[in-house]
Amino acid sequence: MAKYKTKGLDCWGRAKELRMKYYQDYAEAHKRGALRWEGGAWTFDAVPQALEGEVHGLTEEPYGASVGANPDLQVKYQEAAEGKWGCARDLCAYLRNYWGSIVLNEYAFGGEWPKADFVFQNHICCSHAKWLQVASEIEGDVPFFCFDVGVGAFDKIGERQINYVVEQLHDGIEFLERVTGRKLSDEKLIRNVYNTYRSNCYWAKTCELNQAIPAPLDEKTMFSLYVLGTLEKSNEAIADFYEKELYPETKDRVANQIAAVGNEQCRMLGDSQPPWGFLRVYRYLEQYGVVSVANLYTFSLVGWWKVNEKGNLVPWPTLEEQGITIKDRDHALRLLTEGELKGKLEWAPFYGAKYKNDLVTKLAKQWKCDAAIIHLNRGCEGTAQHQMEMKIALQNMRLPVMTFEGNMADEREFDEGRTKRFIDLFITETLGLKKVAG
Amino acid sequence: MEASEILKQCNDVWELRHEYAKDWKRRTGGKVLGYFCTYSPEEVLYAAGILPVRILGGHEAPTLATPHMFDMWCPYSRDCLNQGLQGKYDYLDGIMATNACLHPRQAFGAWTVHVPTPWNYWFVMPNAVRSPRAKTFLAGELAEFKKAIEEWTGKTIADEDLDRGIDVMNINRRLMKQVYEFRKEDNPPITGTEAMTMVWASQLMDKGEHNELLKQLLEALPNRKLDRDTGVRLMIVGSENDDRPFMEMVESIGGTFVIEDHCTGSRYFWDEVVPNKDRLQVIANRYCDRVPCPGKDWGMEDCSRKRFPHILQLARDYGVQGAILIQQKFCDPHELDIPSLRRYLEGNGIPCYFLEFEVTVPVGQFRIRVEAFMEQIQAEELFA
Repeated sequence: MAKYKTKGLDCWGRAKELRMKYYQDYAEAHKRGALRWEGGAWTFDAVPQALEGEVHGLTEEPYGASVGANPDLQVKYQEAAEGKWGCARDLCAYLRNYWGSIVLNEYAFGGEWPKADFVFQNHICCSHAKWLQVASEIEGDVPFFCFDVGVGAFDKIGERQINYVVEQLHDGIEFLERVTGRKLSDEKLIRNVYNTYRSNCYWAKTCELNQAIPAPLDEKTMFSLYVLGTLEKSNEAIADFYEKELYPETKDRVANQIAAVGNEQCRMLGDSQPPWGFLRVYRYLEQYGVVSVANLYTFSLVGWWKVNEKGNLVPWPTLEEQGITIKDRDHALRLLTEGELKGKLEWAPFYGAKYKNDLVTKLAKQWKCDAAIIHLNRGCEGTAQHQMEMKIALQNMRLPVMTFEGNMADEREFDEGRTKRFIDLFITETLGLKKVAG
Repeated sequence: MEASEILKQCNDVWELRHEYAKDWKRRTGGKVLGYFCTYSPEEVLYAAGILPVRILGGHEAPTLATPHMFDMWCPYSRDCLNQGLQGKYDYLDGIMATNACLHPRQAFGAWTVHVPTPWNYWFVMPNAVRSPRAKTFLAGELAEFKKAIEEWTGKTIADEDLDRGIDVMNINRRLMKQVYEFRKEDNPPITGTEAMTMVWASQLMDKGEHNELLKQLLEALPNRKLDRDTGVRLMIVGSENDDRPFMEMVESIGGTFVIEDHCTGSRYFWDEVVPNKDRLQVIANRYCDRVPCPGKDWGMEDCSRKRFPHILQLARDYGVQGAILIQQKFCDPHELDIPSLRRYLEGNGIPCYFLEFEVTVPVGQFRIRVEAFMEQIQAEELFA
């Protein structure tokens, strides 16, 4: 008999519905006279989504991950990117999935590749601007706008850094109005910024609840939940999902000791994206009562956090909690920029190993982790930064750590059998645990 | 002094870089700062009397770096870290990194944790260098950098100091560009290997001293005749490259590198600071306007690349017959550009050949491949 009660999430179906609607809307946008745009999961979608009329975006990384979850399709797209376009096979795996899709003129959700009307991107890792620069080249003349958010880590952000980004966003609005012939609605922008705060802050609040024992959520489930924020965090329905469905339900699970894994006996810290085509590895862990409860990537790819006066990670407050009413366009852009630059801690490792070490050791302590399994992700240099340093930092706090090499979206670089064997050895020999479920 | 002797001195500085830097410290009592990327504003360092030295690899297997950077990171960056972990840079007073690609950032990150260096600094170089907002932002960043240097050294950097820093850098750039003019000749009096070694020395030695060598070199080059055929006029383009054995090999089998686009070559020095009253602003302008690293080569409202027409113009100015495109293994910025660059150059009549570099290159295999490429170029010209 399991140690704790467990059950699936009631809001699970709603999360799936929101995700499928997003990809379908993008494909059908032109039929309805709506605009289509491409950008990254980290771009400030609140801005292009504030154009008058109906607008739909396609964020590149979640698209690449969706392809990655289907190994056969992924190999086909990557071989097209490598063979027909001629790119190196060690580039970002999402990027190769995306380029291959365009090269083959196929949309992973059915039909031909839906060409965008414009690009609205931001840049922090090596690939972001270049990804859509080349995509635009392959697709043929998609108007392109890309702003820079690489202005320093969260604790170095002041007015000068915020001004730089806000000025670029004002330039971006001019660009959007010029290339689309539509006006940007300030009313929509303000609403989108409130929604962006709600999505990011309530996702962080939900992750915070996972400090409870037993954990109400396991990381495999969380992957399917955070993704909505990477699609369109400014979307009212998505913000509502986080605030009014997921967060209250998770809170209820904590209050009633409803576990993600009924036999939780070991709490794991993860890092970087998983190999999407092989999420069953997480179910494999559960046989040992091992549940992955925390990951800087999963928590802050969209979640906003701050380090409080005690040095602990706490969710960034919503605008309502801060008592802020957005006054106008500039105010909206400033608040949006402030939240992203100060709250998105996933960006901090771009500026040094010490940031990553500090953040992951806080995660390990606050989320009461017993061990760590680090996916050395050959598919994404952005999230794989300082992984070996973080391993040393975790070991220095006497946390047992296992690493395995893989690739988030290139099955050719992941050996499932070998990884499972590593897991068996790590859990049984290093952690001394036995299987608790068949 | 003869050109060969001057160029040998450059090679000595490259080979014995640590001895040079230690000797410089002894002679001047000044501080030495290591940097990874050529977006580091050396003008400010020279203004403060600091010797900037570029961290370069040792072309050795980076075994010590492996526990800190697994092998999907570029071999050059791992090699750099390896040199630090070996204690070869134990004379450094400081080290800095910029918003370069993610690979040297890993090396810098591990360096700050494991290689004892008294001072370190992260310099936020904008990515969107073609944004109208970048220059003002960068000038602000330079002001913060200047302040940090002042606090570190305990000395104020006055406008005259900045003028001196700008001047020494600009003279160095101008003189190297003059040397490069000789490479346009039918029979260049300087090989590509020698020219690039001259640039590597510039990144490692006191620019004032380097400038004196360059002046002598410019006097000596008109009288220099090399006892070799120029052969196929090649261009080399790509990632960081200080692989002298590869360059020498190609130039020993019937080719001459008459120009290149590398951050260890022309891209490093091609553009000068245009002096004006606001010193930090003009330095910022230079770093935003320079020939970009591919990682920064995108327009804010325009996805064209600034570097491609520049490379094509170089190819035309220097009479290039073929281009060798190289990248350090895993070098994303160049990997992202190479398919487009190859199409662009070939579309403009410049045949291309691609090679991937590691800390050491398989010279024997590469020899056969480059020979075949050069034969192809010659055959095409024969039957054209």
